[in-house]
Order: sequence, then C-alpha cells, then structure tokens
Amino acid sequence: MVERSPVLSMICHAILIAGALTVCIPLYFAFVAGSLTVAEVQKVPLPWLPGSQFFDNLQLAWSKGNFSRTFTNSIVVALGITAGKIAVSLLSAFAITYFRFRYRMLAFWLIFVSLMLPIEVRIVPTFEAVANAALPLQWLVDTLHLADLWGWISGHDIAIALEWNMVNTYPGLILPLIASATATFLFRQFFLTVPDELCEAARLDGASPLHFFWSILLPLSVPNMVALAIILFLFGWNQYLWPLLFTTDKDMATAVIALKGLIPRSDSEPAWNIAMSGALLTMLPPALVVLLLQRWFIKGLIDSSK
Amino acid sequence: MAGGFRAPVKARRREQEAGLKRANFGDGPGLPTLLLLPQLLILLFFFFIPSLRALMQSVLLSDPFGTNVQFVWFDNFKMLFASSEYRQSIAVTFWFTVAQNVLTLGSALVLAFATDRIVRGRSIYRTIILLPYAIAPAIAGILWAFLFNPAVGPLAQVLHGFGIAWDPNLNPTDALILVTLAASWKHICYDYIFLVVGLLAVPVSLMEAAAVDGAGPIRRFVSIALPMLGPTIFFLTVMNFIYGFFETFAIIDAVTKGGPAGATNILVYKVFVDGFVNLDLGSSAAQSVLLMSFALICTLLQFRYFDRKVNYGV
Repeated sequence: MVERSPVLSMICHAILIAGALTVCIPLYFAFVAGSLTVAEVQKVPLPWLPGSQFFDNLQLAWSKGNFSRTFTNSIVVALGITAGKIAVSLLSAFAITYFRFRYRMLAFWLIFVSLMLPIEVRIVPTFEAVANAALPLQWLVDTLHLADLWGWISGHDIAIALEWNMVNTYPGLILPLIASATATFLFRQFFLTVPDELCEAARLDGASPLHFFWSILLPLSVPNMVALAIILFLFGWNQYLWPLLFTTDKDMATAVIALKGLIPRSDSEPAWNIAMSGALLTMLPPALVVLLLQRWFIKGLIDSSK
Repeated sequence: MAGGFRAPVKARRREQEAGLKRANFGDGPGLPTLLLLPQLLILLFFFFIPSLRALMQSVLLSDPFGTNVQFVWFDNFKMLFASSEYRQSIAVTFWFTVAQNVLTLGSALVLAFATDRIVRGRSIYRTIILLPYAIAPAIAGILWAFLFNPAVGPLAQVLHGFGIAWDPNLNPTDALILVTLAASWKHICYDYIFLVVGLLAVPVSLMEAAAVDGAGPIRRFVSIALPMLGPTIFFLTVMNFIYGFFETFAIIDAVTKGGPAGATNILVYKVFVDGFVNLDLGSSAAQSVLLMSFALICTLLQFRYFDRKVNYGV
C-alpha cells in the first residue's frame, strides 16, 4: 500500500462485496429453492427466505439421483484420473529430462502436441476408439490384407474381427481424459529446477536411475503432486461430455450426469426444489476441496498453466 | 559412471540439449523408453489415432451406417462453409466467446484491483470469489437456468416486474445472454486469481516512485500495473477463448441444448449434435478438424507467451 486513501478503500470493499454477492446469489437461491415444497417452489413470486423441507429434499434428491451409486462412480473416476495422470506424467517427465537418448526430442514433441487439444474437439473419433479400442489393430489387419494372406497360404477363408469395448467401464471413462500433456509439462518444468548436484551425488553413491527417482525426485515433487492432484480431482469430478457419451448404463453414470436427469423439462413436474438439492449435493465435494485446501488449490491452478 | 562428469567441453555442450538436465543418466535407450511407454500408449490410442481418424473422415462421405464410403476431397469443408447453419454457429460462437471474454476479464481486473488495494478481509473475499471454480460448468448452467427460468426463477420474476418479457426458451437473445452470464460467472475466478498473483509481483518501489511523481492509484494501475500484467492478460485471453470454445459445452447442453432456433448452437455443440444425433460423420469430422486447428493456433500463441514471460521476467 503506497498511500492511505479511505474513500478508495471503501469503494474497493464495495466492489468486492458486490463480487462476492454475485457469486453467492445463485448459491443462495439454490439453497432457498432446495428447502421448499414442490408447491411452494412454483409460487410467484418465489419466497426469498428458506422453507422447512431442506433435509427431506436432500434425502429425496439423493435417492432420485441414484447418488449412492453415482457418487461412488464420480469418486472412482476423479481419483482414477488424478492418480493415473500424475503417475504417467511423472514417469515421462523423468524420462525426457534425465535421459539422453536418440528419440528424446521426438518423444518430447509427440507429448506436447497434445498439450491444449481438449477431448471435446475430437469426440466422435475418440468415442470410436473407446467403443472399440482394437480398431487400430483391425485397421492394420485390413490394410495389410492379413485375412486374405492367411487364406492364400492355408487355403481356408477366414475373417479377422477384433473388438475391445470400453463403453460403460471405468477405464473407458478414465483413460481418454489422461491423454494430455499438462501434467507432464508441469513436472518437466519442476525437474529442470532441481539442483544438478543431487543427481551427481546420487550417481557417485551408486544409485540407479530408478532409485534416484524414487528416493530423491519423488519426495521433492510432493508439493507439486498435491497441488496438481487438487486441480485434477476437480477436473475429474466436474467432467460432463465424456461421461454423458460413455455411460449408457445408468449405474455407470457420474453424479453430474445423474443431476442432469433431475432438471425439470417442460413436460414434467417442475420439481426445481429436488433439482437444486441435487445440485448442492453434487457441488459439495469439490467445493469442500477448494475451501479447505485453498492455498494448495491456488498453487495448483497457477502451476498447472505455466 | 562415477567421475564421468568432467567430460570434454564438446561433449558437455552436446549434453546441454534443450530441456535436458546437465546431470543426466546418459545414453541407454531401454529405461527411458519404458518410462515413456504408458504416456505414449495412452496418447496413441486416445489422441493420435482419433485425431488421424478425424482427419481421414473429414475427406470421406459415408452414410449413417458406414456401409457406403466415398472419398470426396474437401467437399465436407465446402458444404460446411456453404451451410447457413454452420455460419450461424460461427457467429454465435464468436459473440458468445467475445462477450464472455470481455465480461470475465473486465470483472476480474476490477476485482483484482480492489483486492490489491485493501488489507482487511482479503482472504475472505478471495475464498468466496474462488468458489465457482469448484462448481461444474453443467451445475453453474443449472443454477443460472433456475434463476432466470421464466416460470419460477426469482431473477426472471424481477425482470418481469420491470415489464421485460424475459424468456430464454423462446427469445434467442435472452438465451445467449443467459449462457454468457452462466459461463462468465463460472470463469471469473480463474482470471481473477492469476491477476491477483500477477499484481503481487509488481514492484512496490515502482508504485512508490510513481506516487511521489503525483500519479493516483487508478493512474498507477493503468500505466504501470496493466502493462506489466500484459503477458498474463494475453495468456488469460487465450485461455478464455479455449474455455468459451470447448468447456462451455456442458452449460449449453444443460441449459439451452443449442436453442432456441440455433441461437446458442456453439461450434463444439454442433460437432456433438452432427456426430451423435444426426450421424453425419463426415461433416462432424470436418468440424473437429477445424476446431483442432483453432486449438493448435491457441497452443502456439501460448508458447509465445512462455517466451515473453521469460524475456520480460514478469
């Protein structure tokens, strides 16, 4: 603060209060609507004070949204994305910063080309890839005319059909979302700042590369891993498009997708009270993460886009 | 191995390839390949092959059952740009992302400036303003859809009270305003935190010098802090475009489903509808290819930002 200016300070507080109110108003009305009965929520004007049905509505939303099942799915998917992406990225970042090998720059570029291409831009082909992960192999078989070749050699006509369907499975929900380079880039940047002396000392002591990775590099990376884990958990929990396409089976839906089923459409009963209770329930886990782990969350947010 | 660090000058220079540690584990190709394998395999299956297939499909014409496939050169792209629906989608996406960008970055700048000026309550304000980051875009959309629902929404009722015939289910402009508000509400926190952190890095000595020269707080913000935040603002603009183009899919799908009359049918939503509802794979793939090119341009712009960041030390 360079100088004191009470008037400007007051204005700044007013601006921030307005900002905070803008954030809170939708949440407050979600809470109000979630505490009313179906009849009350349709009243014009809507009551601006909460009613008495809050916990009943929560219970109803929980059972209507199949949340005991879909919350489990969301947790598995979010943690799977978090753990998977961190593990895969640590290994590849270690490989491209600590080893000199022929195809190092090629590997580097193969990974970093994917840095900012979100899955949304290639949903149809990615869907096909997951609906049948054996497709590329099939493609290879077809282009090389392996079946005809075999028929020619052995005299028997055969058809080679490969299939590996991941729709409605956890790997199908998790793996495509791990396929990007953000985390690798973060760990690479961090490894480049680790003092060279540590590696030299480890080598003098006869430590193998994996030993160095496990006992020195990994413990040093813990703060980055925690910060990144928070961002990835939020990313995983809040996924929408992918689970929407991938969970034709209701029991494999995630919480956010189940919530979508609770929104009243024009032809159904306008049960906005249940929809809003469901919305509050679904946003609770990530909101708690942001509120309780705020310092780490901010670090993760800033780090992961550097 | 041991003692091999004092390599001849020439060899040492070779060791300092871009992004390689000076102290590294040498040449053996086996272990690094093994370490890279998981990431490269995942990328191969879920990134490279799908992207290649999109490129291939974009020059093919096939019926919905995939029985009859024809190579058609760039006909899919020509048909896209000839269709008024696609041109409308481009216009909608453009206005949606630009409005969202201006609203998000503008509010974030004002809030960051205010946060930088105060001492008391800073962390409380910051906690509240950061909260929407935790909320899924789909949920943000649902919350705003309720607030502005023409039948039951409290804010829609306020608007009706003023005699405004608000109805996003029928009026295209209302629908676009609604999704823009929801998208910005969800994203202000992102720009905000980067600007707050960026402002902390502006040297106090510079501010004091300017104050001694008689520059007021707002003048200092505009003439000193803003230029120093330049790279950050550039970075955020690109990120806002990425967000507006791709991540707002959930808001559109949960709130308007692209309607009414295609008023909120942004490009990424159209890829989804054409690919999964209309089963027009060639057209959907061509749209994917165009979107990928856009994302690639954004990536290149971001790399430019990294350079500038290094050069100017902000």
